[in-house]
Amino acid sequence: MDKKIKLALYWAATCGGCDIATLAIGDKILKLAQVADIVFWPVAMDVKYSDVEKMPDKSIDACLFNGSIRNSENEYMAQLLRAKSKILIAYGSCSYEGGIPGLANLFNRQMIFERAYCETQSTDNPKKVYPQSKVQVPEGELEIPEFYDTVKTLTQTVDVDYFVPGCPPEEKTTWLAIEALIENKLPPKGTVISHAVKAVCDECPRIRKEKKVKKFYRTYEIIPEPETCLLEQGIVCMGPATRGGCGAVCPQANMPCTGCYGPVEPGADQGAKMVSAIASILGRENEKDLSEAEVEELMDQIKDPVGTFYRFSLPAALVNRRVKEGS
Amino acid sequence: MDGFEPKIIGFCCNWCAYAGADLAGISRIQYPPNLRMIRVMCSGTIEPAYILEAFQKGADGVFIGGCHPGDCHYQTGNYKTMRKVILAKRLLSQLGLNPKRLKLEWVSAAEGQRFAQVVTDFIAEVKELGPNPLKQEIAQHG
Repeated sequence: MDKKIKLALYWAATCGGCDIATLAIGDKILKLAQVADIVFWPVAMDVKYSDVEKMPDKSIDACLFNGSIRNSENEYMAQLLRAKSKILIAYGSCSYEGGIPGLANLFNRQMIFERAYCETQSTDNPKKVYPQSKVQVPEGELEIPEFYDTVKTLTQTVDVDYFVPGCPPEEKTTWLAIEALIENKLPPKGTVISHAVKAVCDECPRIRKEKKVKKFYRTYEIIPEPETCLLEQGIVCMGPATRGGCGAVCPQANMPCTGCYGPVEPGADQGAKMVSAIASILGRENEKDLSEAEVEELMDQIKDPVGTFYRFSLPAALVNRRVKEGS
Repeated sequence: MDGFEPKIIGFCCNWCAYAGADLAGISRIQYPPNLRMIRVMCSGTIEPAYILEAFQKGADGVFIGGCHPGDCHYQTGNYKTMRKVILAKRLLSQLGLNPKRLKLEWVSAAEGQRFAQVVTDFIAEVKELGPNPLKQEIAQHG
């Protein structure tokens, strides 16, 4: 390669874990440094948004964008980096499908503000002062980003070229994307980059016998047996509805899959798939004898279905936010 | 709401509910025209995603018709349907949609009258609930 690739990394509504995950590639970062220059990376470099604004359009070769779109600043930076980058990669669950911040779609801005700025035990705010996007002070007008009602994914905001799943993406998944980039062997546009196109179960070494579950446990209620499928032991494991590529690391550490690599088929509704999976196995043993009331009782064991089945993917789901009847 | 005519998507199994609808038709039993019916081989094949997609695209109600318990042409498909629908209803109510917008009924091939009755009742119920709130959401956010 004649000249170095220009790389940008950005964080929108995210926890910061994805920026750490990019470093998890370890000594391969030296290989990356040989072929790439990082031109923008707020977490690690002293850069200003104005630096990016001054760059010519399409002058960045690739941008790894992590985080969902929660406020006007996130949206502005998504549009700016889209304009400046040849390739825009949604990096990590938040950017790809909304992620944990996306669960805020079960509420709206008003409810979130009331909780965060009034109701929390450590908050004293009798005048109910909420953040305003614009405020007048003697020195002039101050502006902070506008907080939106609904969390969006990156692709719901701008055109995205590739998706790297994971919360955060596993080191090998990150490297798969970066390697494709530096060797110029990129897959077709829109590809979700991971090692597997099958479910997590396909990579999971646990032994599967027969899926008949009578009782579900929450993770703190049971110490799972180390070799049998977690779902068969009555732990809600998102493995069947989740794309592999991570190497089934969570089930191997005795923890159920929580679904961070998104649906197996990109674009499918992960939560709906899990409803199918759970409904098919729970109470299967004596299904003919169960009355509707008994099935209701069985389903009571699934606490918080949306939060469990769409933990990382609510903004990308078919019904992607809570609505209000009769409004 | 006056003048509100709900759009209802119905999934009916080939062997019982759809045949029941056919019987209602050939017997010339009247029922309101709000139901758009889709024939499936078994109610057990109805994925929860179909239900969510119907609501997302603006359906005011989703009707699912299957064989009576014990009568499934594929033996146990309808038991799975019952469990899926119950869990899907919980999903709907967490997402703010009234779970009454989703209806599961067992209708045999001989029950043309019953088919017309349950569909008529469901349409009246959805009329009472008003339009699907997602429609407004779609109009606002695209």
